[in-house]
Amino acid sequence: MKPGFLSKNPSVLWFLAILACFTLVITLLSHAYGPGVISTSMVKTLGKTLCLCLIAIAMDLVWGYTGILSLGHFAFFGLGGYMIGMWLMYERTRDIVLASAGDFPMTQQEVRDAIGTQIFGVVGGSDLPAIWTFAGSLPMQLLFVVLVPGLLALIFGWLAFRSRVTGVYLSILTQAMTLALSLYLFQNESGLRGNNGLSGLQNIPGLAADQDHSSVWFLWASAFALALGYVLSAAIVSGKFGSVIRGIRDDEARVRFLGYPVEGYKLFVFTLTAVIAAIAGALYYPQAGIINPGEMAPIASIYLAVWVAIGGRGRLYGAVMGAFFVSIVSSWFTGGRVPDLPLGFYTVKWVDWWQVLLGLSFVLVTLLAPKGLSGLVDLLAHIRSPRRGGTPMGPDQGSLQQEEARE
Amino acid sequence: MSTGAGAATLLEVSGISVSFDGFKAINNLSFSIGRAELRAVIGPNGAGKTTFMDIVTGKTRPDEGSVLWGPMSTNLLKRNEAQIARAGIGRKFQKPTVFEDQSVTDNLMMALKAHRAPWRVLFWRAGARDAARVREVAEQVGLAEQLPRKAGELSHGQKQWLEIGMLLAQEPQLLLVDEPAAGMTLAEREQTTALLVALARDHAVVVVEHDMEFVRRLDCKVTVLHEGSVLAEGSLDHVTADKRVIEVYLGR
Amino acid sequence: MHKLFIWLAIAVMLACPVRAQDTSPQSGSVTSAPAPTGLGAILADNAQKIARPSRMTIGPVIDEIAASGPGASRFLQAWADKRVGLRESDDAVFIIKRVGQDYALSDPVTGEDAGTAPRSEIKEVKPNSGVRALIGAALVKFLLSDPDPSKRREALQAIERDGEASHLAPLRASIPDETDPKIKAEKQRLERLLTIRFGKESAERIAAIESFGSDTGLDLRGTLNPLVATRRSAFAGAPEGNVADELKPGRDISDAEAYALLVEAKMAPARISASEVQRALAAHVVNGQVGGLPLSEMSDPKAREQAYAALAKAGEVPQRLTDAEAQKLVEAHSYADIYAEPDPDVTAAAEAGLTRVSRQVSLMQGADLGLDALSLASIYFLAAIGLAITFGVMRVINMAHGEFITMGAYTGYVVQLFVPDKTLSVLVALPLAFAITFGAGVAMERLVIRYLYKRPLETLLASFGISIALQQLFKNIFGTQARPLTSPPWLEGALQFNDIVSISYIRIAIFVLALVFLALYLWVMRRTRLGLEVRAVTQNPSMAASMGINPDRINMLAFGFGSGIAGIAGVAIGLFAKVTSEMGQDYIVQSFMTVVVGGVGSIFGTLAGATLIGGLQKSIEWLNPSNTLAAQTYMILFIIIFIQFRPRGIIALKGRAAGD
Repeated sequence: MKPGFLSKNPSVLWFLAILACFTLVITLLSHAYGPGVISTSMVKTLGKTLCLCLIAIAMDLVWGYTGILSLGHFAFFGLGGYMIGMWLMYERTRDIVLASAGDFPMTQQEVRDAIGTQIFGVVGGSDLPAIWTFAGSLPMQLLFVVLVPGLLALIFGWLAFRSRVTGVYLSILTQAMTLALSLYLFQNESGLRGNNGLSGLQNIPGLAADQDHSSVWFLWASAFALALGYVLSAAIVSGKFGSVIRGIRDDEARVRFLGYPVEGYKLFVFTLTAVIAAIAGALYYPQAGIINPGEMAPIASIYLAVWVAIGGRGRLYGAVMGAFFVSIVSSWFTGGRVPDLPLGFYTVKWVDWWQVLLGLSFVLVTLLAPKGLSGLVDLLAHIRSPRRGGTPMGPDQGSLQQEEARE
Repeated sequence: MSTGAGAATLLEVSGISVSFDGFKAINNLSFSIGRAELRAVIGPNGAGKTTFMDIVTGKTRPDEGSVLWGPMSTNLLKRNEAQIARAGIGRKFQKPTVFEDQSVTDNLMMALKAHRAPWRVLFWRAGARDAARVREVAEQVGLAEQLPRKAGELSHGQKQWLEIGMLLAQEPQLLLVDEPAAGMTLAEREQTTALLVALARDHAVVVVEHDMEFVRRLDCKVTVLHEGSVLAEGSLDHVTADKRVIEVYLGR
Repeated sequence: MHKLFIWLAIAVMLACPVRAQDTSPQSGSVTSAPAPTGLGAILADNAQKIARPSRMTIGPVIDEIAASGPGASRFLQAWADKRVGLRESDDAVFIIKRVGQDYALSDPVTGEDAGTAPRSEIKEVKPNSGVRALIGAALVKFLLSDPDPSKRREALQAIERDGEASHLAPLRASIPDETDPKIKAEKQRLERLLTIRFGKESAERIAAIESFGSDTGLDLRGTLNPLVATRRSAFAGAPEGNVADELKPGRDISDAEAYALLVEAKMAPARISASEVQRALAAHVVNGQVGGLPLSEMSDPKAREQAYAALAKAGEVPQRLTDAEAQKLVEAHSYADIYAEPDPDVTAAAEAGLTRVSRQVSLMQGADLGLDALSLASIYFLAAIGLAITFGVMRVINMAHGEFITMGAYTGYVVQLFVPDKTLSVLVALPLAFAITFGAGVAMERLVIRYLYKRPLETLLASFGISIALQQLFKNIFGTQARPLTSPPWLEGALQFNDIVSISYIRIAIFVLALVFLALYLWVMRRTRLGLEVRAVTQNPSMAASMGINPDRINMLAFGFGSGIAGIAGVAIGLFAKVTSEMGQDYIVQSFMTVVVGGVGSIFGTLAGATLIGGLQKSIEWLNPSNTLAAQTYMILFIIIFIQFRPRGIIALKGRAAGD
């Protein structure tokens, strides 16, 4: 990074600093590297949340900056998860097969057959489908993490943008794509275990470490990916490219008359963000331990839009704030850790009412605060130093606490 | 004003027609303009002026006819808006359309003649020459002071100027200018006239205008459109003497 | 009592199927049996033959009995049921019945009681199955010409269920005397079916097959299918028998399958499988070595083969064919599918007949599919028509539309809690659902949507917020389990056209409802002041406002109207689908597709979209009936591609009015 870029975008430095502090604090409080104030499952939740922040950045790029309300990015997220999940499951099953094989060495075919029986017994099969050909190779599957969702996005985007489908039509079309994909994966014939999905992904083959340690390492990896994604996205949107895509968002036809191939830009952003989403997914699902097609239902992608809208569109830190805030609060509420609220005639159980609260607060944010939570950062920044305009504070824990208090 | 057709012709539109749901917006219209020529296009509402520009810039596809461009007589009908713009046709819209969310500098920088492909733009960084060129254009349209401001904060007239500035920054060979004087003060109008006349020395400029006074000041060949085809062509005095033109403008 | 008798007769016929085949000539001679001389006389003459019947000799006796007139059928029946006895003392024949230690006797001719006799005096007659078959065939004649038509019909049905060769002759014989034209037709049909199966000449069998044409009856298909059944076998030379299909290993069947056929035909030894090899090798590990090779090399299949060969040579394990040897064996033989039916002309005619039948069946299924598609289309249309108003007319994306459908369905459920009469409750629920969802729609428009008219994407998100809130609210109120919404009894059942084509009444009702709503929509939009104003506001809000139309009011009413229709659709859908808090979600994407594919802003576009999507989904399901998930996947893919070619839908508004 050139120094010019960072000095022009102080928010990036702020973000990186806060992220680094956050990761450090979690590490030092974890079971593996500290007193264990934060439980391993909490570390996993936070690590997953960082992945969600990463896909939120992708969503912000494609929606907040380019104006394409994609309801399909969770499909790419899930696909990324499936690609890495195939390797994790294959290798782990291989280890199990070899461990239980006894002394007599197995041929490669026998190993493959045994793995097939192990993995696909649950859906009444025993053969490894062709798409599992490279499941034993980590580099190939890592390549697929990028390649498969990237290609899907490229083909779909090319078809959609070429015919100049825009606005709500495009949203519905992306939603349809997601639905088609999840329905496809729900079938046993898809070769990815139908509605059982892939499981046992939290065990990393060839890694001797326990969950306490590996969860922290995944937290680091997630934080690193988030940092990288943030810097990359900031670099993209800060230059002339960012100017052009914001132009496309505001007045597509005008950009075209300036000579820019609008479809090419949209396709570039759509595919790039699909790849970012896929990488986020590939980091998320090893921490979640299980992936099934239900995760890719269209509703997940709409939630993604909700996070970004609550955080504030058109600002990268807004997307991160939204994803972080909503998913943490959501897991707090749905985890049953919030005390019930007795109203005398009725006791509000938050597990039941959280969705209602989320839905309504989302309506309120859309109506009253189109800039989302990050609009509040503006407000704070404005009071402290009006000259700095839109300089952000970043998603520090403190501001989130204030938000919670406000809700 | 007799550069006319021949080898120096830049744009040759012949026999185009287009209809929307049965309504013939353009009817067998032919039009040509030379390499360095100023032309005013006038006509009453619904004469097809905007549709004509839409066809030339690729926004609307004609049902028949041809649009040929440049010395190689490239067929523009096979190209999309962006390709036509890159070929060297710039357009200023009737309603000022600038990117209000971005600064004047960003607006001009985006318009600046440079590579347009996503990959090239991604790694493009403004150099000293680009900054100087933006500054130069901004001074030309009187927005040098406004460079860091957001375009949305500008007045209506300033937005018009910004759009003209963006047109200049594009460095097109043909400028299609739709009602440049709307919403401008008298002084600004004169400034605009001077700018357009100056540009026409080495560019082709087509000005669509309602205001006869403004057209008179341009002092150029005039094409009168009516019901989608050319009614008359020649000097302003010549066309205003035409009986049919008088009928169209005054006869109602 | 008589009925029981028939069933017993049939039971006998069923008890002895195939073996009776070669006896048909004898039963065929029933008609030309010698003149009767009375049952009593015949019995007396043939008492010994009856007591120890043999299949070879008893035929003429049975024929005589059958032709003897009164009492013959009763006696034959009793004989077949092993209820006939011979009095040892005088060889008199009786129909007997066990009563304690004794037999009750009755006269075989008159059926009258003939006293009792101790067991020792009576010798039970126990005909073997072959004889029973002959008796059964003779009985058929009586049943088929029984004076009671219902008896005749029962006999026909019994033969239809399990016919055999011996039935053919009596059946044929009974046709000319049949008086009831309907039964006569049934008899003739059954005769032809039996001819196909048991006819002696291939010509008559083929004629019978062809006489059916493209008849789609299940009985015909049941008759033809066994004729074309095949068996796959291996042959040393050229295939023998009625060959259906010659098979080439590697092309039609895999080498492994071919080898399995060889093993089955005992032309090759069973192969020792790879896992058996592995087990054998594992059992012979000595000092880390197997067959002279180190254990660690056993992960290589070639090394395993080598090691096994070494062990086999040493005689420690059985010899195993190598792959090459097995392959050689496979190639040295031929393989074919052989028809069980030996006559090639008959099998060819049967194949042709089945082809005709299946073509006809496909046509019928097409018609049935058309009905299915129509009803699915009307469901989609109902679900989408409200959306067409809010999305098409107002350009507002209402993600909560699905929840309005759910709301309508729950309204129906709650009404049924209070109004037990199903017909009345549905009649109450329809307007009530409209009223409630209309109110909900108006409230939503007033509180949220109207602030977002300029921002369609945000409307989408805000209405999604409402959608998830409503969904959870339903869950909190009504629980997660499905709630019943019962249709009135007169809507149960289905309209049956034939074996294949049918449609349930409830789907007809939904179709009618869809038509009603189409008419209502057209009437409101084209004939009322409200419709005029809605169209004006849609086309040019500012112009409409300047002409004294209040766009706010119009938007509110249009949104309410669209939501209200969703509520009614909810009641209709709830009648045949499960009412759950998530049911709206099942329809929302399809509804959007319907509107988008059809073309925004046109009710006929919505109709066309619903028809296309409904038809498409059913056709894909038909092509791949086992998999509705795949059908939906392919349908969505089709729609994505369809949008490529008609981005504005089937019925597109053109020109400037379409806008962006």
